[in-house]
Amino acid sequence: MPYWPCRARAAKDAALMHRFANPARFLKIARPLTGWLFWSGLVLLLAGCTCGLFVTPADYLQGQTVRILYIHVPAAWLGMAGWTGIAVSALMQLVWRHPLAAVAGRAIAAPGALFTAICLATGSIWGRPTWGTWWEWDGRMTSMLVLLFLYLGYIALANASARQGAGQGGVSNVTAIFGLVGAINIPIINRSVVWWNSLHQGPSITLRGSSIDMALLWPLGLTLLGFSLWFGAIVLMRMRAILAQNKVEARMQRLARG
Amino acid sequence: MHQWTFVIAAYAVTLLGTAAVSLISWRAMHRAEAQAETLANRP
Repeated sequence: MPYWPCRARAAKDAALMHRFANPARFLKIARPLTGWLFWSGLVLLLAGCTCGLFVTPADYLQGQTVRILYIHVPAAWLGMAGWTGIAVSALMQLVWRHPLAAVAGRAIAAPGALFTAICLATGSIWGRPTWGTWWEWDGRMTSMLVLLFLYLGYIALANASARQGAGQGGVSNVTAIFGLVGAINIPIINRSVVWWNSLHQGPSITLRGSSIDMALLWPLGLTLLGFSLWFGAIVLMRMRAILAQNKVEARMQRLARG
Repeated sequence: MHQWTFVIAAYAVTLLGTAAVSLISWRAMHRAEAQAETLANRP
């Protein structure tokens, strides 16, 4: 491809990305979207959990405890997806200086940390009757615990940088670099059950299909989608809170100057 | 322990965590937006 069409396309992509850089334009979309995501997510995850608890059969080997699957898997997925979101927003902040990227990164951190903690807690509860232990220092569990510590470190750095007024309610470049570097843990978590011997089962849901029987699998789609929509709603709520706080601070400064 | 005890414990942890974060996030958003609106309407 000749040089100038590449440049033109890059400029077009950047223009599209910055179209929602204006907080007023973003809020116009985010306000109605928050409620839609929250309520549709809640309906789907309640339906998924109800079906997972009362409709699907017990597993022939694990018995009733297999029902923890419907919350454990979405929690693991959102813990890792959350950090991927932080890394993408960090890249957008550092490379394209997108003003909302830093706000998005800060907004993702708390729900991401929550789902990582839920994944660890439900995994531990599931592990006791299945493996006979609450915890094992193997690759999957240790790398997931490292992800929780990364989230806590990111939240501490983001709060400190916001207090110092960095990035208009967003995060400092150092925090963004931390978010980007921490993404190295995501493929480690994903491949940990393949690389190391583990009590944790190998990958049962891949792009090629699933080794879980369809009679048990179907409510997982509902809870995965439901928790993902709910996660989106919480991120939008937190972004709206940060943007409103920015507005208040700017207004207070103007009033103080007279 | 009965198997259902573990299932109930796992769902209870999830329910408590998600409910707490929903409430905290909604309250923070509601409070900040109300404050921004009050200041914007101030002459």
